[in-house]
Amino acid sequence: MSHPTTVAKTTDQGATESRSDSAQQSGERERREPSSIELKGLHKRFGKHTVALDDVDLTIEAGEFFTLLGPSGCGKTTLLRMLAGLEEPDAGHVCIGGQDVTDIPPHKRSVNTVFQSYALFPHLSVRDNLAFGLRMRGDSKKEQRRKVDEVAEFIQLGSLVDRPVDQLSGGQRQRIALARALICEPNVLLLDEPLSALDAGLRGQLQVELQRIQKRLGMTFVFVTHDQDEAMVMSDRIAVLDGGIIQQVGPPNEVYEHPRNAFVARFMGHDNLFAIHASGDDWVDTELGRLHIDPAEQREEQDGWLLVRPETLELNAEVPENYNQLQGKVMERLYRGSRVEYRLEVAGVTMMATASNLGQRLLNVGDQVTVSVCPDDLVRVAS
Amino acid sequence: MVESSRMASRGRAVVGESRHLLFSVAPGATWIVVFLVLPSLYLMAVAFMTNGPYGLPQMPLTLNSFEQLAGFGFLGWSPGNLYTLLRSLWQTFLATVLVVIVAYPIAYYITTCRIKWRAIMLLLVVVPSWTNQVIRTFGWMNLLAPGTPLSDLAQWLGFIPPNMGLYPSNFAVTLGLVYNFLPFMVLPLYAAFEKLDTAQVQAAQDLYASPLRAFWHAVFPQTLPGLLAGTVLVAIPAFGMYVIPELLGGGKGMMLGNLVANQFAGGSNWPLGAAGAILMLIATFIGLFAMRRIGKRLGGGEEVVI
Repeated sequence: MSHPTTVAKTTDQGATESRSDSAQQSGERERREPSSIELKGLHKRFGKHTVALDDVDLTIEAGEFFTLLGPSGCGKTTLLRMLAGLEEPDAGHVCIGGQDVTDIPPHKRSVNTVFQSYALFPHLSVRDNLAFGLRMRGDSKKEQRRKVDEVAEFIQLGSLVDRPVDQLSGGQRQRIALARALICEPNVLLLDEPLSALDAGLRGQLQVELQRIQKRLGMTFVFVTHDQDEAMVMSDRIAVLDGGIIQQVGPPNEVYEHPRNAFVARFMGHDNLFAIHASGDDWVDTELGRLHIDPAEQREEQDGWLLVRPETLELNAEVPENYNQLQGKVMERLYRGSRVEYRLEVAGVTMMATASNLGQRLLNVGDQVTVSVCPDDLVRVAS
Repeated sequence: MVESSRMASRGRAVVGESRHLLFSVAPGATWIVVFLVLPSLYLMAVAFMTNGPYGLPQMPLTLNSFEQLAGFGFLGWSPGNLYTLLRSLWQTFLATVLVVIVAYPIAYYITTCRIKWRAIMLLLVVVPSWTNQVIRTFGWMNLLAPGTPLSDLAQWLGFIPPNMGLYPSNFAVTLGLVYNFLPFMVLPLYAAFEKLDTAQVQAAQDLYASPLRAFWHAVFPQTLPGLLAGTVLVAIPAFGMYVIPELLGGGKGMMLGNLVANQFAGGSNWPLGAAGAILMLIATFIGLFAMRRIGKRLGGGEEVVI
């Protein structure tokens, strides 16, 4: 290794690099400990004007399913590639498992990646694709065969193993790509939008499967996606990125229910954001008029946004006295089967409301409606 | 009724289609038959005829010219023609390998440039071949002749004896071949590099392949179709090359193309020339077949190799 400044070799890498060692290892190999990840002051610029990452600090716990969520160009893929070693930061440090790996090239990092395009080797069979990492780090032929069979069973590849790569469907390729990365038992598995090319049904199925695999292996997963539903379904924690800056980090329910700013709120799919003109201890003045809020939502700043989640609204319901009540009119009805979405006009402003479809009479376009919402369900969001 | 009229119209369509086919294919087919198939058959016939006065072919049929080609003459066996064949094969092999070594980095480098520069650089690669081959080869004669800086340098380094030039020599022929065929390798390699899937390279690195192994396992296989196509484009014409060995090779640099040409041009022995041409044809077919097998085995795709 040509970088004397960095810690020469982690114990794991020592084991993978000396061929005689791994050849002698018989049968069971110790399961690797998952690694935590620490990013300090990461900065990356492409060209003169594009800032991909702006002073990113982030800690990912060992064994966590962590998702980097954001629109395209937000820096999430750049961040992932830095963990893999495929991109060098202009400034800052990447630590994996307590070791500074900033200057360690990708082939010496005990990290494996599932690529968006799968990046399978078309000239190799599925079996040789799976064994590639093992072969490169010098496992014996016998070991390679054993592990390929093991992983094939684990991911339920079945007869796929003996098929040429070009005869596989998208879903099958995806599984092979996952298996090819998992087989090396990395300390951290990186997944770069691995499900984005699949159709919705298959995607849902693989989301559940991926999450199950992660829990079973206890491996640290870092997952990149632009799909907030996918992120919420799978992750232990989510980091929302925009413009190379981490906007919010937290568990899915926290990010969804208490977005820190308007960008996060909008990106998590919230439409009902209303500008706040003035606020007091337990009230805010908005486009909708004065609304009561939980005193805990009190902020120093006067302005910002009020988030009203469509599913917290009650329509024409008997409600306690402390609820906020507004008069509105149904402008549009979207029937979704399990739920019905209404576009309402309240105080001259458009507001979305969602009702579970429990067999009650549906409202019609043009109906007058009383909208009620509990003060505890209203959330203040910074600009 | 409706059925039968539909049948009739379909029949008309088929007739129309075949007539259309006839008109569109006929000119090309006629051309190929008249200028390729018939002359080739004639050439084959000539190869089996007897050498007459002024080198013109005569009856009866004989295997005489093939015996001569194999080196059996009035004075017993001589290895001259065998040497010429081996020299042709060696020069072809050497030139192709050198062309690959030179073209590979060039093709890669061009793909790393900005798009507007790429067209210009490709143009620079191709432009020299717009000049007549004979003129370019004369250029090399002037560059390599005794007393030129290159020859002086070679003398100073001790590669050649004093007062000699780099031309005429086998070295000059190799150089001429490499120079002449470089564009035919750069272009297909460039095409292969341009559609290189870099994700595969990154996947290889991610899976513990060092840069060198990543190149071998992820870059090289992807460029193999271009490499094989380029090899066909370089090796086949190089094997049959006439001008370059004629001008740069001198007496000891002769290749099969010169052997064949001499039999016809000097009016010395048409049947022997025809036999030589057939030998070249067979050697070329063997080469193509081998390339095809290699392409298949390495997964380069046989579609690129004719």
